[in-house]
Amino acid sequence: MMELFCAVVQRDLRLALRHGADTLGAVLFFILTGTLFPLALGPSPDLLRHMAPGIIWVCALLAALLPLDRLFGAELEDGSLDQLLLLGLPPSLVALAKITAHWLTTGVPLLLAAVPLAIMLGLPTTTLPILLAGLLLGSMVLSLIGGMGACIVLGARRGGVLLPLLVLPLITPALIFGAAAIDAARTGLPWAPDLELLGAFLTAAIPLCPLAAGAGLRAAVE
Amino acid sequence: MAESLSVFRGDRLVLDDVSLSLERGGALLLTGPNGAGKSTLLRVLAGLRRPDGGALLWDGMPITQDRTAHAARVAYLGHQDALKPSLTVQENLALFARAGGGDTDAALKTALKAVDLLHLSTLPARLLSAGQKRRTALARVLLAQAPLWLLDEPSLGLDAAAVDLLGAAIATHRAQGGLVVATTHVPLPLGDVSHLNLPGMPDQSRGWWGADEADLTGDAA
Repeated sequence: MMELFCAVVQRDLRLALRHGADTLGAVLFFILTGTLFPLALGPSPDLLRHMAPGIIWVCALLAALLPLDRLFGAELEDGSLDQLLLLGLPPSLVALAKITAHWLTTGVPLLLAAVPLAIMLGLPTTTLPILLAGLLLGSMVLSLIGGMGACIVLGARRGGVLLPLLVLPLITPALIFGAAAIDAARTGLPWAPDLELLGAFLTAAIPLCPLAAGAGLRAAVE
Repeated sequence: MAESLSVFRGDRLVLDDVSLSLERGGALLLTGPNGAGKSTLLRVLAGLRRPDGGALLWDGMPITQDRTAHAARVAYLGHQDALKPSLTVQENLALFARAGGGDTDAALKTALKAVDLLHLSTLPARLLSAGQKRRTALARVLLAQAPLWLLDEPSLGLDAAAVDLLGAAIATHRAQGGLVVATTHVPLPLGDVSHLNLPGMPDQSRGWWGADEADLTGDAA
């Protein structure tokens, strides 16, 4: 079963590699929206440094949502979803495999792209490890909750519009704790509790989201 | 195997009280007009769709008890070939070779040889013709190593030689005790086979369609 799970992840990674534009699109979207803020708010270093955690988190959140719609939608349209569900893997594991692939192809590149963006916005380099630790946990939560949302709206008309409406409210706790951790680190307050809460959120999402996602996949092929 | 299945699509009754059973090595051909519910019945048999009434048994056990276990017993060929255009034939099938178990490379080669695609195995699926795509999808059915084959118009787009290959593959499968349920509009080389004719649109003979028709004839008269 583990072997099959890895095979599904591997297949999705290979697909993402062939369609490199999807991954690149999300990363470029992240960097571009991030660069719009200094242009819109004015080049005051203090203001930008103050807003940087929020800017990075919100941009990463929106960028990670971009490829989610197609992640499962394409499988449903070409009939691959039927075949994936008939592999002999529980639907929740099929969903988890695809969510893992989404994290590897979207979450990790966003994580790497966050560093130059943080430096550009003037975040002190001492806060960078906390930013990355928070985003590491946060991007996993995003993939899990986003993947769950994508499975649930799968097959619905206008699913692409529904998806952010469903996912964004659910993801707010991660956003609050993640951005707060960076803020705390910048002002010299303890940042560990925020990251711990983020970790707790992730540990709850790991078993629950795939279950809901699997049920969504089953309903989508009916 | 299946007892008095009923399935609704939307508020339309597609399958009404359909029963069928298959022994080891048996084959069943589903025929009927478009919209009669042939594909729906196949999806129900695959466990992809829940019947709204009736029971589906495998060796006396209801399949709804463990749908994942049933999925491993099924090889399903749908309307769509379910191939990723950017992956090669081999890459498209690799995952399903893994699901079949055993030596995946050898199994992949045997399956591709059986549908005469070995020479195209490194070609991206987007460059294949419709018939070649269908053959790749058939190779996936072979790879599943599953006892129950559910084939939705398997000969769609195949040339005469490929239809013969399909017939040979089905014969081998049945000789090993496998089951085949296929839908078709054209003759298939299946050997001895039982037929199930779905009448189609069970609720169209009555209801408002019928009433409408009566009105029209009434007006004409």
